[in-house]
Amino acid sequence: MNKKHSTLRRVATAVAGGVALTVALAACSSGGAAGSADSGSASDITAALQKKSSITVWAWAPAVKDIAKSFEKKYPNVTVKVVNAGTGNDQYIKLQNAIKAGSGGPDVAQIEYYALPQFALGDSLADLGKFGMSDLESKYTTGTWNSVNLNGKLAALPQDSGPMALFYNKTVFDKYGIAVPTTWDEYIAAAKTLHAADPNAYITNDTGDAGFTTSMIWQAGGQPYKTSSDGKKVTIDLQDAGAKKYADMWSQLVDGGLVSPISSWSDEWYKGLADGSIATLAIGAWMPGNLETGVEAASGSWRVAPLPTYEAGSAATAENGGSGDSVMAASTNKLVAAGFVKYMNAQEGTQISMDAGGFPSTTADLSSSKFLDAAPDYFGGQEINKVLAQASKDVVKGWSYLPFQVYSNSIFGDTVGQAYADKANLNEGLKAWQKSTASYGSEQGFTVTSK
Amino acid sequence: MTVPNTTAATITAPKRSRASVSPKPTLGRKIGAGMVRPKSIPLTVIMAILVVYSLLPLFWLFVGSTKTQSELLNSFGLWFSGPFSLFQNIGETLTYDNGVFVRWLLNTLLYVVVGAGGATFLALLGGYGLAKFTFPGKKAVFAVVLGAVAIPGTALAVPTFLMFSQMHLTNTPWAIILPSLISPFGLYLIWTYAQDAIPSELLEAARMDGAGEFRTFFTISWRLLTPGLITVLLFTLVATWNNYFLPLIMLSEPTWYPLTVGLNQWNQQAQTVGGQPIYNLVITGSLLTIIPIVVAFLFLQRYWQSGLAAGSVKA
Amino acid sequence: MSQAQPVARVRRTPHKAKLDWSGWKFVGPFMIVFAFVLIAPVVYSIYLSLFKEQLIGGNQFVGLANYAQAFTDPKLWDALGRVTLFLIVQVPIMLAISLAAALALDSARLYLSSFFRIAIFLPYAVPAVVATLMWGFMYGTQFGLVRNINDWLGTHLAPLSSNWVLVSVGNINTWEFIGYNMLLFYAALRVIPVDLYEAAELDGAGTFRVIRSIKLPALRPAIVIGVIFSIIGSFQLFNEPNILRSLAPNAISTYFTPNMYAYNLSFSGQQYNYSATIAIIVGVLTAVIAFIVQLTGSRKEA
Repeated sequence: MNKKHSTLRRVATAVAGGVALTVALAACSSGGAAGSADSGSASDITAALQKKSSITVWAWAPAVKDIAKSFEKKYPNVTVKVVNAGTGNDQYIKLQNAIKAGSGGPDVAQIEYYALPQFALGDSLADLGKFGMSDLESKYTTGTWNSVNLNGKLAALPQDSGPMALFYNKTVFDKYGIAVPTTWDEYIAAAKTLHAADPNAYITNDTGDAGFTTSMIWQAGGQPYKTSSDGKKVTIDLQDAGAKKYADMWSQLVDGGLVSPISSWSDEWYKGLADGSIATLAIGAWMPGNLETGVEAASGSWRVAPLPTYEAGSAATAENGGSGDSVMAASTNKLVAAGFVKYMNAQEGTQISMDAGGFPSTTADLSSSKFLDAAPDYFGGQEINKVLAQASKDVVKGWSYLPFQVYSNSIFGDTVGQAYADKANLNEGLKAWQKSTASYGSEQGFTVTSK
Repeated sequence: MTVPNTTAATITAPKRSRASVSPKPTLGRKIGAGMVRPKSIPLTVIMAILVVYSLLPLFWLFVGSTKTQSELLNSFGLWFSGPFSLFQNIGETLTYDNGVFVRWLLNTLLYVVVGAGGATFLALLGGYGLAKFTFPGKKAVFAVVLGAVAIPGTALAVPTFLMFSQMHLTNTPWAIILPSLISPFGLYLIWTYAQDAIPSELLEAARMDGAGEFRTFFTISWRLLTPGLITVLLFTLVATWNNYFLPLIMLSEPTWYPLTVGLNQWNQQAQTVGGQPIYNLVITGSLLTIIPIVVAFLFLQRYWQSGLAAGSVKA
Repeated sequence: MSQAQPVARVRRTPHKAKLDWSGWKFVGPFMIVFAFVLIAPVVYSIYLSLFKEQLIGGNQFVGLANYAQAFTDPKLWDALGRVTLFLIVQVPIMLAISLAAALALDSARLYLSSFFRIAIFLPYAVPAVVATLMWGFMYGTQFGLVRNINDWLGTHLAPLSSNWVLVSVGNINTWEFIGYNMLLFYAALRVIPVDLYEAAELDGAGTFRVIRSIKLPALRPAIVIGVIFSIIGSFQLFNEPNILRSLAPNAISTYFTPNMYAYNLSFSGQQYNYSATIAIIVGVLTAVIAFIVQLTGSRKEA
């Protein structure tokens, strides 16, 4: 019996000792809190970059890996681990999971402009304004700055931008004698001509894309989403003047069977772009990089023109895609993370991005002669950047996304997609989309006004 | 529990069945008294149609692996076209992105060896216990385990994810391995197999000799369960090799991806700014992913057939 | 009476005197892991289903409100209806083909039967991701195999259109599992005692009579298992439609199957509580149906 007692006591002592040790260690290790400070000046950041540390970056843009290498050369004590955690929505799901779990997330994340409000709402993003970056405003285009400056907080630094333009296959146009359309009416006429001449060819493809639809409503002057400054009240009106204007126009193409039923970014889509059966793309200015790597066979055939408008002689476009980079609020190394974001999007990193085919958001680059004079062979020597830079100036002002846009976009197929499938008028689809989005908002506790 | 004396006996029973008369499936095998039935060509032709159906996509996969990315987009799917690039594709698949495919392959092997191996071991022990012992709570065990089969994976996915993230297990191999250690089907299979394959008299004799239960199991019993064991091993092997949904949720970074999730990411890669479609690598990677399993099944044919037999009979 | 030495368990008392826990030594390891990876999440799932967490407003206890909402949710009923339809059509077709193939293999009248066996089983070894990717490439109406077929035969097949997408998913599923089910049946056929065949031959029974009277009854347990696993698989349908969705975003909705609905509720909508509720409802439904099938199947046995 004696033996048992002493064994028990020994075990108890060991456990107690272990606990004490753990507590002591925990207390000691909390000294590393300096890196997770929520604010800092430029000198704080520079100081932090001299110390040994590492950060994790979640990004899918291919240039980021090269930027990280370059950054590590400049600041040898910092290790930057770049992880491709998925493209767009796939990554957002993981980010949301990590935020909910309270761990497992990165220090820096690439987030598209339309998704930023959603993450900013939950206070998941660090305010870069507190790290002295608000004075970088003049470096960027108004459009992109407005996309990252939300509710008085700087949620991200713009990485690239995507003002929409019309990419068209000149070979196909010349073959059928189609002139480059400058208005949407001309575009529809071109669609009819093309499809009549070659039933296998279409002016463009469309199976319904939330990003495309919201950008087009943007260009038409619509402002369907309004959020109060406290982020709790939301108004949705997908049938306002701009939305209707777009839907009435585009329905003519969809209902008339004038758009190819191929989904964007599928292997069939790449094939269609290569062989000319998809003749144009109304898409963001970042497309040249994708065309050059994914559609090699059509090199020399494609050109760029301003996006067609609703009134002859006017110029208007919208942002389509494009992302910024944010520092996560849960990061324990914010100073270094902020330093990396600044390097990537406001310093040497911008050139590396451009070399990889990214379309800049920085005004200096957009107006530099090196940029504007570029005449890539892929586009038959056309100085495409002049067209695209002009587009970034013509972005319609006043647009904002919903604080739950990511979700809303995910149910686009369920709602507007049905209108595509049934070849019904797109307005019906937009109404259904509005209804589902509004009910989700109410479910999540927002006060939703659905017009 | 006495051994039920049924007519549909298992491999070890003395009754003659065609499986025991000719344990290895051979061409033109004989039935019972040695009569050979005439071969039927029409029947063979009909079955051949089924084979074509089964093999068509795999043939497509092979043909696709021999094409370059641009040829893939330009040619007819079911026949070769352009320069024969199989080895080039394989090389590129293995080296793309600093050889991440090889990393994924090693990850999958880890999950399979530890996961399927562990699952087989647990099922072996558990099935044996259920078959050969009476213990309090046994009925509850049955009910609970069989009920578990009906639960959809997604019912478990989110709570498991949330649980694991509290324990900092997400984004680690444990998040994949732990859930794959449970194979209710394996448990069931071993249970049915053990009932007949291990005579209770054997166990009684061992007990009389004073041998402990584990000793008996590890020296005598498990050998008798070999066909069942290999069947469970093979099926858990396929399940863990092809595991997709759970790793998709649990892993946020490609370091620990198994091949399935990695291939899917490569497929999605085309959908990005400046992204490169690498369908030729997706296809070649898929081909490389399938081969090990196919080989495993070919080599271990004998075993899983008899194992399945026991399992299906006892339902 | 000394208790120092362990006594042989078989004592004088005829009725159970002691509870013998030694079986737990073997079942224990399985059950411990089981409790961790299955029971704990289920319990947590039930807990989650009783709460509601909102982006604005935080977490609140709502009792059975989520369940009430689920019962009147048209998306859930749409999804359940779809998998039930899938179940009623695809499972019999798949099992019938597997059965016919197993019988053909067993008849010993095939040339190259081992080759057939392996070839038909091969698709089972293919991961669902790869299978769906392959079929997805082939279903393309602009550049895929279907386009070629349409050109040659003048048909207008559109596997990824709303009307046909469920069939296309069913096809992938059938392709994946025919071999597995065929082997399940084949293995059961192989253990039929030879005496039965000898007796039948003496009685002059023909092939079909043999099939009807000997093989099918012997197959009953295997068929019941096959049906149960297929039912469970149908209700849990997720992998194939989910991966195919990028090619058919309008035909396959986010609530195409109950599992997809639960998945999207969690991971797109961050509505974890409602997602848990849906999952529990579907899980219970599946278990009940599987149980009923089990009962009906084994009741008819002698």
